[in-house]
Amino acid sequence: MSALLVALGAAVGAPLRYYLGQRLDGRWHHGTLLANLLASLLLGACAGWSLDGSALALVGTGFCGGLSTYSSLAVQTRDLGPVRGAAYAATTIVLGLAVCTLGFWAAQA
Amino acid sequence: MTPSPRLLLAVAAGGAVGALARYGATELVHDGSGFPWTTFAVNVTGSALLAALLLLPLARRSPVWAAALGPGVLGGYTTFSATSEQGRALLEAGRVGLALAYLLGTLLSCLVAVTVVGRAAPPLPEEDEL
Repeated sequence: MSALLVALGAAVGAPLRYYLGQRLDGRWHHGTLLANLLASLLLGACAGWSLDGSALALVGTGFCGGLSTYSSLAVQTRDLGPVRGAAYAATTIVLGLAVCTLGFWAAQA
Repeated sequence: MTPSPRLLLAVAAGGAVGALARYGATELVHDGSGFPWTTFAVNVTGSALLAALLLLPLARRSPVWAAALGPGVLGGYTTFSATSEQGRALLEAGRVGLALAYLLGTLLSCLVAVTVVGRAAPPLPEEDEL
């Protein structure tokens, strides 16, 4: 049952990430950044709500996991070169941590 | 550019498969409360495979297969949100060194993986990097 929910969540999250990337990625990868940040915010909230079982499988593991990506982050960072790549990766990771914390706190408030 | 429905469906199907593989890996070996080794391994292997995607003739020939396998399977397999949440939880537990080691270790390992693999594989077109 959980496996089905993971697949279902990712089947929505992954094309949403692809859509955001196709629409917004250019010189900077704003679409991929937005997808990674939205997923981090929501997963932080899932932790704040103490979601588990089916809800966590669908929303956390499935949707957030499908919406976010590390493989694209790594390849894009490499292709941006040392300076812009470092700026892109640092922005993604620092903001990711920040919005995840924000989501966690907001869910607990 | 708005992606075609065919490409979106390909990414949806691939994303479901990739997420299942990630779920299977973390069910098999749970991340536990220390360094999240399983998620780390998922992200490093997924990044390496994305850099290697165009070694596959099927992905070179067909844009639909390239989207299904790259942004789909490998995008769904790897996760950034889990690394953020794991980093946050480690920081909350006061394990600052471990959190930094995990976040930086994941980034650097994935970068090394895509750089090394990238030397052997043709470069990806932008739309398949998503």
